[in-house]
Amino acid sequence: MDNERRKFLKIAGISALAGIGAPAIAKLTSTAAIAAGTEGHAAGDAPHAEEAASGKQYGMVIDMRKFIERPELLDQAIAACALAHNIPEFPPDKKKSDIKWIWKTPFENAFTEESATHLSKTIEEAQFPVLCNHCAHPSCVRVCPTKATFKQKDNGIVAMDYHRCIGCRFCMAACPYGARSFNWEDPRPYVKTINPDFPTRMRGVVEKCNFCGERLALGLQPACVEACKGSGAMVFGDINDEKSEVRQVLAKEFTIQRKPSAGTKPSVFYIV
Amino acid sequence: MIEKTLKGKPAYWIWLAFLGVFIAIGAACYIRQYLFGLALTGMSREVSWGLYISQFTFLVGVAAGGLMLVLPYYIHDYKAFGKLTILGEFLAIAAIIMCLMFIMADLGQPLRGLNMIIHPTPNSMLFWDMVVLLGYLSLNVLCGWVILTAERKEVAPPKWIYFFVYTSIPFAVSIHTVTAMLYCGLPGRHSWLSAIIAPRFLASAFAAGPSLIVLACLIMKRVAHFDAGKKALDKLSTIIMYAAIINTFFVILEFFVGYYSNVPGEIHTLQYLFFGLTEHGHTYNNLVPFMWMFVFLNFAGLGLFAYLKFKEGSDMLLGAACIMIFLALWIDKGLGFVLGGFVPTMLGEVVEYYPTANEVGITLGIWATGFFLVTVLYKIAVGVEHEIE
Repeated sequence: MDNERRKFLKIAGISALAGIGAPAIAKLTSTAAIAAGTEGHAAGDAPHAEEAASGKQYGMVIDMRKFIERPELLDQAIAACALAHNIPEFPPDKKKSDIKWIWKTPFENAFTEESATHLSKTIEEAQFPVLCNHCAHPSCVRVCPTKATFKQKDNGIVAMDYHRCIGCRFCMAACPYGARSFNWEDPRPYVKTINPDFPTRMRGVVEKCNFCGERLALGLQPACVEACKGSGAMVFGDINDEKSEVRQVLAKEFTIQRKPSAGTKPSVFYIV
Repeated sequence: MIEKTLKGKPAYWIWLAFLGVFIAIGAACYIRQYLFGLALTGMSREVSWGLYISQFTFLVGVAAGGLMLVLPYYIHDYKAFGKLTILGEFLAIAAIIMCLMFIMADLGQPLRGLNMIIHPTPNSMLFWDMVVLLGYLSLNVLCGWVILTAERKEVAPPKWIYFFVYTSIPFAVSIHTVTAMLYCGLPGRHSWLSAIIAPRFLASAFAAGPSLIVLACLIMKRVAHFDAGKKALDKLSTIIMYAAIINTFFVILEFFVGYYSNVPGEIHTLQYLFFGLTEHGHTYNNLVPFMWMFVFLNFAGLGLFAYLKFKEGSDMLLGAACIMIFLALWIDKGLGFVLGGFVPTMLGEVVEYYPTANEVGITLGIWATGFFLVTVLYKIAVGVEHEIE
């Protein structure tokens, strides 16, 4: 009798464990293939071979000559972004909680790998716009433990799911561009004008520039690009499409990217 | 066996009450943080991980350190560690529970923690860290309990448990290797982007964990009549010495690579940690005193261990040496490694991190919880030991 009860308990225990573990295992095996597909394809390439670009990849060319000529353009672009995305503005004593999607920084901070010795006076004084690079191989996506940040297949945008993010901030440690911000506290009281067309965020989640995915879906240009309309300071488009305007600018001008050595293949280019 | 925790001398209860005060303070601080958000900490956009993650990293090492008892006893049949393996396993249990508490304290949305399991992501090292930590925790609970129960009944442990004991050995290595991989696979963070991180973590773990066990043995000898045996403690101090020397060697190698190659990214963090980094005429150096304390404690501790190898020393000296090495490695890994890695920022600026009182309260509370667990678990182990004597 006792022996049978023991046996029963054993079997019950094992089946309970299997029941708990099965969904996770099923999920794991089904997603492993996808992960391998997106991360592993560079492995067989020769060290310097350029990978064949496939699919749409939105990108941007930032023409610093225009921004230096008209510095107010950048302020307009930043303000348009803040308004479109309900970005909070914290008082000076709460700078620690800052949220930044697109912001200004000097050359030596934007391009930490470029030499900053004997810069021309114009470049030394210039303010460079920096934002998420929507990399072809984003390290933030690689490290996220919940797929709360992911690369959109149809347009190459590195997007965020604010409802899935657990706030571990691994992506912030992994982004080589410092493009990510964390909501250390409830941002809503600090949003000046609420735009009802875009969600506000709750505290405890990470956020960053989304290349205005919500505006692109409506056939509009990103808010920052629209704010500089007509100046040519920011050109936006599919960098994998040879006929796009952005590719024509890239074919004509010499551009640089931020931290190419990080191997992330940024989609934002600068004409300095 | 749990009933053994309910009987003790007044000193036992006073100690638990003392820890209880810190646990209560920590809990109150955590409630504040839970209700307001992580803005109550000193962390920022620039230094996005602070005390919580650095303590987590250090404690994974303490948990892995138990390996230095389990491996000699089960693989090399080193009998002198027979009484101590259970201490290694129980220390690992407490350390991993602390690790998990630190992770939960650090999450912006702790209630969404299960997303790690609902949406498993094999390309994230954090996912694998969760897998190996939970695995190692279960293995230690299982092995510790089964072996101690067998010991109490004065029978040989069941054969099947050895499978789990042997499995726990690679698991101990894996927890700290995967924790190192959280850091050493990130582009752009130069001080972390080093293939030596995982071995360095293991070396410091194999010194820090056993140091704590020796300390516990010395304390229990006084307060609980538990004698680990001179032979076992001698061997442990040799293990601690070797591990601490290897860790020192690895740190020196980092210095060589940085300063000899003269590659700026390789130098900056070391410069910030040990000498201070100057930006726009301001020198940032809030970790410099700590890092030199690490250097001093590390070499003084090693010197003391060496002295004890040549001359007969007291338990006090051995205890002092263990405290020195433990503190040194805590500064090295529990402060400098994680916090230093964020300096300079990805945009080449220097932002310093100062933990807030609330954050320190939570941190102390979790440490107190760990000590509470270790005390209770060791009480059980020692109680069983006395029962069969």
